[in-house]
This record gives sequence, C-alpha cells and structure tokens, in this order.
Amino acid sequence: MKHKTFFWFILPTATAMLLFIALPIVSVVTQSLFTPHEQILKTVENCTPFNCTESTVVDLDATEQQRAEQPLGRWAGLSIYLDRGHLATAVIADAWTTRTSIGDFVDRLGNLPFYRAMSFTLTYTFVVTPLLIVLGFAIAVAVNSLHRHLKGLVIFFSLLPMIVSPLIGSLVLFWMIDSRGVLGTGLQWLFSNPDLSLKASTELTWIMLIVYGVWHSAPFAFVVFYAGLQTLPQDTMESAMIDGATRWQQTKYVVIPHLMPLVTFVALIQLMDNFRVFEPIVGFNAEAHATSLSWFIFNDLGGETRLLSSASASSVLTIIGVAILLSPVLVRTWRDFKAKG
Amino acid sequence: MSAKAFKQPPALRTFSSAFVIIWLIVAAFPFLWTLWGSFKIELDFFSKADWRSALTGARTILEHGSSFTGDGYQGAWVQEEFWKAVLNTAIVCFFTVAISLTFGTLGGYALSRSTYRYTFWLLIIALIFRAMPPITLVAGYLLPFFEWNLWGILPTTIIVLVAINQPFTLWMLHSFFQKIPKELDESAKVDGCTQFQAFRHVIIPVMWPGVITTGLFSFLLAYNDFAVTSMLLSKENQTMVPKIASFLGTTQTEGNVMFAVAAVVSATAPLFILVMFFQRQIVSGLTQGAVKG
Repeated sequence: MKHKTFFWFILPTATAMLLFIALPIVSVVTQSLFTPHEQILKTVENCTPFNCTESTVVDLDATEQQRAEQPLGRWAGLSIYLDRGHLATAVIADAWTTRTSIGDFVDRLGNLPFYRAMSFTLTYTFVVTPLLIVLGFAIAVAVNSLHRHLKGLVIFFSLLPMIVSPLIGSLVLFWMIDSRGVLGTGLQWLFSNPDLSLKASTELTWIMLIVYGVWHSAPFAFVVFYAGLQTLPQDTMESAMIDGATRWQQTKYVVIPHLMPLVTFVALIQLMDNFRVFEPIVGFNAEAHATSLSWFIFNDLGGETRLLSSASASSVLTIIGVAILLSPVLVRTWRDFKAKG
Repeated sequence: MSAKAFKQPPALRTFSSAFVIIWLIVAAFPFLWTLWGSFKIELDFFSKADWRSALTGARTILEHGSSFTGDGYQGAWVQEEFWKAVLNTAIVCFFTVAISLTFGTLGGYALSRSTYRYTFWLLIIALIFRAMPPITLVAGYLLPFFEWNLWGILPTTIIVLVAINQPFTLWMLHSFFQKIPKELDESAKVDGCTQFQAFRHVIIPVMWPGVITTGLFSFLLAYNDFAVTSMLLSKENQTMVPKIASFLGTTQTEGNVMFAVAAVVSATAPLFILVMFFQRQIVSGLTQGAVKG
C-alpha cells in the first residue's frame, strides 16, 4: 500500500487517538508539574467615622487575572510527586530512620494514602490473576467433558459475570453479602457469629474484593482455555495413552503444555486489567479498607474541589506502573516481529 | 481410537459434573437472586429476621397484597427518571459503536495491507494505549473541556469513548483483515480499482463477521464504562452505570435501595439478551487474540 493511501485510511483513527489519548497524556504530565495559584491577598483599610481598621482580604480581580494569565497554575516541579499524598519521600525517610522494626516501618507506610492504594492494587493484581487462571482452567476441563448439548448452556451462564459491567456485578454481590442479604446471613450462620460483617474488617474486605475479581474474570480464562482444548492434538493424546500415561499425566504432560501460550496470553491481559481495579471498590463501598490507584485518581477528581494536579501526579505514577507491567508484552511482540522479518 | 478410551471413570465424571454445577450456581445465582428480589420490598430483599422472606416475599404480601411488586421499577424509572439514563446509554452506545467501527475498519484494513515498518510501531502504540486505565486520561480532559464548554454533554463523551475504543478495535480488525486473502483486493486493483474502491467493493461485502464481533466488544466497553462517563457527563446527561452509582449515594439513606436494585436488573437485561444472541461471536472474539498468539 502506498504511503499516501495508507495515510488517508489511518487518518480518522490516528486523529482520534492523538487528540484524546496522546494529548491528554501530555496534558496530564504537564498538569502534574503545576499547582493551583494561591489566592492573592491584599490589605485594605476600612474606615468608619470613628476609627480605621486594617484587614486582609482576597484580591478577587488580581487572583482572577493571574488565573487567566497562567491557567495551569504555578510551577511546582516534582514537589507534588514527593508530597505526603503521593510518594511521600520525606515521611518515608523519617519513618526509616526512626523505625523500631521492619514491621513498624511497613505499618507507617500503610498509613500513607498512595502506598495504601498501591499495596491493595498490587495484592489484588497478583492474587487474582493466578487464581482466575487456575479456576478458568478447571472449568474449561470440566465443561469440555460434558455432553455437547449442555456445553452451550454452560457457556452462556459462564459469560454473565464477565459481561456485566464491573460496577453492576459488584453491586449484585455486595447486596448478597450484606449482613441482611442471603450470603451474609449464611456466613453468620456458618460461623455462628450474628455480628459478622464482611464490611467491617480490612482482611475480609480484601478477600471479598479478590473473590469478586476471580468471579468476574474467570470466565475469560475459561473461554480462552476451552477454545484451546478444542485444538488439542488428538494423536499426541493417543500416543500418551498407549504409552500408559494416567489421566493426570496426560493433563500434565500434554494438555498443560499445549495450553501454555494461552496461559501467558490470559495472564498478560489480566495483569493489565486487574491493575486498573476500580469499580468494585465503589460498588462494594470499600474505600475505608481498600483503595486502588484508579480509585485514588477518581477520588481526587470527583467532588467539588477537583484536585487536578494531585490526580495528574497519581495518573502519571499509574501509567509508569502499567508500563512496567507491560514491558514483557512489548519485548515479546518485538521478538515476534523480528522473527517474522 | 474410539471415544471409549477417552471416557472418564465414573468417579471423575461425577466430580467434574458436580464442579460444573457449582460453577453454574456461582456464576448465575447472584443474577437470578437479584432479579427475583427486585420485585420485593426492601425489608424482604434485605431481611434481618429470615432470609427466606426474600423468596416468599412475606412482607411484600403484607404491604401490597401480592408477593410481587413493581415499586422498585416504578421508583427508579419514573421517580428517579432512569429512563433518561437508558436513553442516554442508547445514544452513547449507538454512536460510539458506529464511529468506532468506521474508524477502526479503515485503520485496521490499512494496517493489515501495508508492509512498511511503521505499521508495527502504530500497533505497538495502540497496545500501550490499550493498557492504560482510562481514568488516568480523565485528568487531562477536564481542564480543556471546561475551558471550551465541552464538559457534560453526550457528544464529548462519545468521541472520548471512541478514542479509548480505537486501540482495541484496531487490533481486533487488523488481525481479522489479515485473514482475508490479500489476493482479493490485489486482483480488484489489477482490474483498475483504486485502493479505496477495492476496499469498498471487495472487502466490505466479506468483512461483516469480524466487524460484528468487534462491534460487540465496542458496545460492551461503551455500555459498561463507569470511569469516563461518571467524570465527563453532567447529572442530566448521565448514562446508566453512573446513574446507578448516584442512586447509591442518595437513596441508601432513604431506604430506597430497591430503586438501585431495579435499575441494576434493568441494566443487566439487555446484556443477557445480547449474550443469548451473540454467544458465538463473543466467544470467537475473546479467543481471537489468544489463538493467534
């Protein structure tokens, strides 16, 4: 295809991505380096017939003018990244020098909002991803042995948790595990503790969110692995069987190696998607016990005072996190491309 | 070899059937339970005294004389004007899907037919964009949108969703177009068509399976989005998902949580129908990237 034709074909999609993805990234990076103007104060003298008092008021005109001249705010450099709401380098340095033990240091780290969000996001990402792969694989193997008329039905219901929007899915579960909901009551009965509430403790909230995450994403792994099982080389299976491999050995030495590329694929996609965990925290109303990086940004942006600079700094840090997670994929794609020539 | 050799021993068979049944319950029960409960009053759906009243609707009978009530739906759709959100979602989804597919087919086609090196870099950039959480971009939108008075209206959200959709759409359609033999449009070009004419008369007639699959996923992304729609739409223009989130803030205290339950069921129903009709396409779409890699 000629360069010129290619250009016209790619123009609409490239423009859309440039304007609404690439430029916003630039804008986010810029905003994270600026902080809003402070209000300009002026001293005015109020004279009554008897005496004069001096008072300090906000000079609205001057503040407005300054805003108009420099809409981004004043230059802040990296200070927003380093402040207490983000990387909190000063607090960490202090905590490290005055620590009594490593546990104490980790505790103090946990009090900083950014590290709290980071620790949940990473725990969620790296616990949910392997679990959903295992569960998805188990479902795929079990469904594959079903009668073929049943398969369609099972796949239909299996797709539901994945297809509904995460907020709706988490609300549905949230209402069930409410202490007055059916699962909540069931758990109270099971542990014979009428005051048991999953919302009250940090550990239980994390477990609840992780269970939700596995429930939501396992169907994806299931569908991919199930498709992989359809292309299982039958002659290899037969040879394995003739050689006397048990069912377990067949699974271990034939099925799993056959599915391994798919496992990598699912793992990479899910690492990216789980890293952006956000809606479940809103749905489960869990922000008191668990916050994620995406929720952290959302929280800054919402409400009356939109903390754009702070949200931008968190966004940049999140993007850096994504980049680190993504680097293996990029390296792999590059190698594939090289191999193709 | 006969299928008999692959047959599982009875114990394993029972175990695997039981496992599938448990999974089915885990996957489907929450939705059925919520659907059933949405026709009850709050005291039944959230019953402190007896969990069975969510099934029988004991208090619903006391209050309404029947074990089913449409109060939640009435409250959500009429009183809280959920129908507006439904309408907005319909508009946003329709235009997002239509524009995404138009841009995506053109771009994906070009990427699959060009042999130059920059196609690879464009795809890599798209992959990086695909990996970024949409919420990280929102901070970049707000300031210019406020400045130019674009904030809060549907067209802005539609074009933002289209852009966020593009990386995924490009990848899907790129790999789909690669499966359509190049000879098809090459021969059209030999017959004197321009590249665009070849696309128009040769490729468009055969591309629909791939486009429908991609369209389904674009639709799901627009339909399910919360991060972008909740930040970029004003209260009057909210789509369903942010509207449901706003129910939680305002109605939880008033005891009108059933509105939210009814709204959740209303928002899930279209997806149910979608999966029913397009199950095959969704499955093929999910596995497309995988089988390739």
